Amino acid sequence: MAQSVNFDQFADHLEEDMESPVDEAAVHDSFSHLIEEQALGFPGDFDALQMDPLDLDDEARDDVGYLGYPGQRPEERYQQGHPHVDQRGHPHVEQRGHPHVDQWSSATLRILSSMPSRTIGRSRGAIISQYYNRTMQLRRRKQSRPSIRDFSRSSRPSIRGYGGVDSDLGDFTEEETKRERLVNNLQNLSASDRVRMLRAMPLSVSEKTEFRCSRSILAVEDVIRWQETFRPERSYSRSNLPCCSQCKDSLIIVARQTWYSCLSLLSSLQLWHTALKTVSGRFGTGVLSYFVFLRTLLFFNIFLFSVTGLFLVLPQAVFSSGLNSTTGPSGLELLTGGGCFTESVMFYGYYTNATLKEHCVQKEPNSSTVHQMGCHGRLYYNMPLAYFFTIGAAFLFTCIILVYTMKKLFGQSFRIDKSQSILAMKVFCSWDFKVMKKTSVKLQSENISTQLKELLAEVGRKKEKVPIPQKLAWISMNVLGWSLCLGSTLACVVAVHYFSEYMHKDLQLRARNSNPSESPLVKEASLLALPVVVSSINLLLPGFFNTVASVEKYDSPSMRTYVAISRNLMLKVSVLGILCFHWLGRIAADPQSLKLKCWETFVGQELYRFLVMDFIFTILDTFFGEFLWRLFSQKLLRRKRKPVFDIARNVLELIYGQTLAWMGVLFTPLLPAVQILKLLCLFYMKKTSLMMNCQVPRKPWHASHMTTVFITLLCFPSFLGAAVCVTLTMWSIKPSQSCGPFRGLQTMIQSGKHWVKQLESTNSNLAWLSWVHTYLVENPVVFIFFMVMIFVIVIYFHTQVVDGQRKIITLLQDQIENEGEDKKFLITRLQAIHEQNRPSSSQRIRGTSEDSSDY
Amino acid sequence: MATSHASVSSHAKAAHNPKLQDSRCLSPLLEWMKHHIEHQTALETTILKDCTYFTRKEILRLHGRYHELAPHLVPMDYTNEPDVKVPLALIVNMPELKENPFRNRIVESFSEDGMGNLSFNDFVDMFSVLSEMAPRELKAIYAFKIYDFNVDNFLCKEDLEKTLNRLTKEELTPEEVVLVCEKSIEESDLDGDNKLSFADFENMISRAPEFLSTFHIRI
Repeated sequence: MAQSVNFDQFADHLEEDMESPVDEAAVHDSFSHLIEEQALGFPGDFDALQMDPLDLDDEARDDVGYLGYPGQRPEERYQQGHPHVDQRGHPHVEQRGHPHVDQWSSATLRILSSMPSRTIGRSRGAIISQYYNRTMQLRRRKQSRPSIRDFSRSSRPSIRGYGGVDSDLGDFTEEETKRERLVNNLQNLSASDRVRMLRAMPLSVSEKTEFRCSRSILAVEDVIRWQETFRPERSYSRSNLPCCSQCKDSLIIVARQTWYSCLSLLSSLQLWHTALKTVSGRFGTGVLSYFVFLRTLLFFNIFLFSVTGLFLVLPQAVFSSGLNSTTGPSGLELLTGGGCFTESVMFYGYYTNATLKEHCVQKEPNSSTVHQMGCHGRLYYNMPLAYFFTIGAAFLFTCIILVYTMKKLFGQSFRIDKSQSILAMKVFCSWDFKVMKKTSVKLQSENISTQLKELLAEVGRKKEKVPIPQKLAWISMNVLGWSLCLGSTLACVVAVHYFSEYMHKDLQLRARNSNPSESPLVKEASLLALPVVVSSINLLLPGFFNTVASVEKYDSPSMRTYVAISRNLMLKVSVLGILCFHWLGRIAADPQSLKLKCWETFVGQELYRFLVMDFIFTILDTFFGEFLWRLFSQKLLRRKRKPVFDIARNVLELIYGQTLAWMGVLFTPLLPAVQILKLLCLFYMKKTSLMMNCQVPRKPWHASHMTTVFITLLCFPSFLGAAVCVTLTMWSIKPSQSCGPFRGLQTMIQSGKHWVKQLESTNSNLAWLSWVHTYLVENPVVFIFFMVMIFVIVIYFHTQVVDGQRKIITLLQDQIENEGEDKKFLITRLQAIHEQNRPSSSQRIRGTSEDSSDY
Repeated sequence: MATSHASVSSHAKAAHNPKLQDSRCLSPLLEWMKHHIEHQTALETTILKDCTYFTRKEILRLHGRYHELAPHLVPMDYTNEPDVKVPLALIVNMPELKENPFRNRIVESFSEDGMGNLSFNDFVDMFSVLSEMAPRELKAIYAFKIYDFNVDNFLCKEDLEKTLNRLTKEELTPEEVVLVCEKSIEESDLDGDNKLSFADFENMISRAPEFLSTFHIRI
């Protein structure tokens, strides 16, 4: 508190000074007095107190800087405090480029150069003391809230840290003591915190290694780890551990080792590492984001496949009798999913509704109960229940992973942006360090220079008023473009609607008067008509949209991308909506009219067909649109240009395919496997085609921003839509009566009800479970109401918090600006004082500046 | 200080050496010597792993790359090379850096002597900071160093000019370069000294979401 009083005094003096600018010497006295006091008092705590609000947001701080030049010798560093004797061959660096600096005296310069915000980057001492502070904070937090994981990243290095910079003698020893303290603190942290801290330290590895290997840190755990690895029995007697803790320690070690090996296994699964590197080396971050997205989808599908494979396909395949394929393979099955595939683990209809048991498979078609049928095995596997919960859990986990990924990406890419320093950002952040190919590097620098030129022109122009007729023309053009796109989308949707209705009626007709003379192949092939129509719409309309957009002339490329994305998305969502209606509304509602034994299998096959057809059309598109088009334009038109890889359209196609896979997983448990194969092929195909046919995109692509957008799209319309479809099917649509795990039930969720009833009858203690089940699953209205309420409240609170944070950020930004102003003011004031005092007492100024450097 | 540290750590290694089991037949020291190398590797990779954003396997792969750079200087096995340094001219020839306009600055910023000679530790450090895992804070610090051509801890006009000339391969006219320099300093300078301190730089970087994805080299 003493210090704050001092500051007040200082302020008072300043005010006095403003009122009567005559008495400069008094001000100077008070200033040096203050500095002396500061130097004695080490006001680190005050400083921390003062800076606490800055901890709220680490973007808005002005006080960071712990830039170290680790190679620097202490004496060098020491000399850097005095710019006029800088030994690096840059004398008077402070004076460059500033109109006023030339007038400043060396004493002022010395003070300036020892100001915290400027010393900050120079000394190892500053870094060490900053990290000391961080470890202290972390420890303090650990004591109060042991679970917190984030450490504050914005603690201002204490003033103590700068004490060492300029004091002649205390420098080295002080750094040593600080080092020791830091080492001590590091030792007291938990292993993971310590590692994180060490990794984030901007020191050279050899120095970190010193910290790491200091005897105190080379702690028991390392010793134990090695001893465990090499000779467990003897090692314990060596390490003098008490007997009782040996057991626990060994358990911990084993657990930790397995964990480490799991982690290393995971990280060694860096799929397509070199492929991604070549792509990014040639095409940069934008195109890379497509492939990374593809890989993300692949992981989602691998997860889904492992879940369904483990809990559904494997038990069914093991416990059921062999396949009874009636028809020989004709090749067409690969496209339609019919024929011998129909009665296989691939589709819903094949799964039994019985409880699978060891050596005893109970099959009871058309029975409404799923009880055990007098077969006494130890291993029960209730297939309907497993089916229900596997699909549910898979969706739940996918949802959690998606939301988590989204959250992380949002945190990274959407920052509160006043976008003032666009030019500086362009200069410092636009170079893509990944690019390795010479021509691409050249292109990149060309791009950057054009962008810089445009920005410069914009800065010069400063928003000219667009004349009204031009504006009107632009608006009418846009309206026309949108209406064209909307109209064509609508037309396509209507076409799909009527075509699916027609196909449905056609199927009904065939079902009613089955014609034995008709080849089954024709019948199978006619099923492919709808997927072909939909896929060709998906292929052709985006091209149309692109043409429209090229006429429309959007000024910013990001605007253009967003428009293209929204149009494509609109098309895909509406087509999928119509298809869902077709499957769930027409086929599932009235399977009898088609003489379908199992409508779920039929819908599953439809989805399979759509997925495969989508894949085939992508291949065709790649071949014709990229390969042949390149040949055509290069050989015949003799143009140098190659086609550009359209990232947005390709990603949207991936999202579309993934939606199909998610929708179909209920009816086709093996659909994720198909999707995995598809994605694998797609990766290699797209990569080859890209390398052969495409050129580096000329437009800037905000990769992190767009990745966030795409993950959001994957979550919101895609995953949510699929989840709604699946939930609707489970909750309200009557499953087939003669096939599948849910035969005989009114809805799929009733399998859970039967199970709960059964549990209740065997164990009366579990009555609460049935109560919970009744209210959660069967009468979901109350439950859903509460969930929605809670969600809304949580979202509301979060928006409030974000709002508050935004306000704080603006405040802090103002504060930063104010501090800059203050600094400017103080510097000029200091200079004035020095100028006045120079003739009288130069010796004293020297002393002052030496002291003030502590400040 | 360095020597005291060395003695401390070797003492620690000797004291904690796990392979001292058969002390009747062999003296502990001999035994220690015998298994020195593999343990040393395990130990050093553990330490490196804890200090950087790489796994053990990646560190070994990096060592392979490091060895490739100068096969006559760097031994094949991982240890026994505390003093080996590969000069800048060799490192800059890596395909990852070869076409990078800032390659010399990158290597210099990570070298301990400031001249661009990289020990293996520095080499790992470099790619650790440029890896995907490194936080924005750390990346910003080294980006600042890279752009600070004259090593005065400020990005002044001169630095900016050099940066721009490298970025654009001298496609801008000198007037444009000067204009861009002035404008960008004006935009992000907070304390009015007409150059960017690290605080200014980080403040600017924190508003550029692209930075994390562009300041990244796949190794």
